[in-house]
Amino acid sequence: MSKSTESLSTPMARVRGLGAAKSGTGHFWLTRLTAVANVPLTIAFVVIVLMLAKADYAAAMKIVGHPVAGILLLLFVGSATVHMRLGMQVIIEDYVHSEGTKIVLLMLNTFFAVFVGLASAYAILKVGFGG
Amino acid sequence: MARTGPAERPLSPHLQIYKPSITMVMSILHRITGAALFVGTLLLVIFLVALASGKTSFGTVQAIYGSFLGKLVLFGYTWALFQHMCGGIRHFIWDTGAGLERETRLKLGWATLIGSLVLTALAWIVYFLG
Ligand code: HEM
Repeated sequence: MSKSTESLSTPMARVRGLGAAKSGTGHFWLTRLTAVANVPLTIAFVVIVLMLAKADYAAAMKIVGHPVAGILLLLFVGSATVHMRLGMQVIIEDYVHSEGTKIVLLMLNTFFAVFVGLASAYAILKVGFGG
Repeated sequence: MARTGPAERPLSPHLQIYKPSITMVMSILHRITGAALFVGTLLLVIFLVALASGKTSFGTVQAIYGSFLGKLVLFGYTWALFQHMCGGIRHFIWDTGAGLERETRLKLGWATLIGSLVLTALAWIVYFLG
């Protein structure tokens, strides 16, 4: 306790960034933003998947290749991958207490989200631009 | 950080000590479905990349996804998606400060579960009829 009288920094400045995440509201906000976007995009996604469910190759190319479906799929993939990366980050921070393991898992989390996002986007665009 | 000595402050007791309530079960399900959806995005990438790769790879993936086991996984994925979506909407209500009273809380929990089951059933009815 004696420290607080020696330091010029405020108590707030000293505790800020010390939690498991080392950060604050930005993470919460982006999770909510992408979560809100996910609601209509998920419904659109399920509708597109239902259209694809019994499609053969030619039909599937036509469905995913349609600009409206392609754009909705891109938006869904973009929003979902950002959202799931943030969500998984919280899960890792909650359960993994060894600093080294935590950093490795947080890196893998980002790699996975970027991979899923970019690979999906590449495939959607390739189909959309003519297979 | 791993704790070495005994904690010098009051700590929250662990999960097992509480009587399970619908609120608690839905909360745990939100996390489990979130993690499942995370892994489940692989299903989407595989499908899309197979489609972009050509007729043969698309046929292979469509056959696997259309098999009994494939359908079972996709059924689970559908439910996880809707359960998580309904759970997320419940979070939005709470984020405004509303719906935190005991009665409303319990109702919201049941609404989450019933909503997800109804939406899942609806999607699969459309699939089987379509
Ligand atoms: C469908 C619309 C969706 C909504 C409304 C939604 C909503 C939310 C919300 C509000 C949270 C934060 C919960 C909290 O603060 O405790 C959350 C967490 C999470 N979400 Fe979503 N989400 C959606 C879709 C998705 C999708 C598609 C994925 C994965 C691909 C996903 C993965 C996650 C994960 C991993 C978490 C962390 C769970 C936790 O911390 O317990 N969500 N979601």
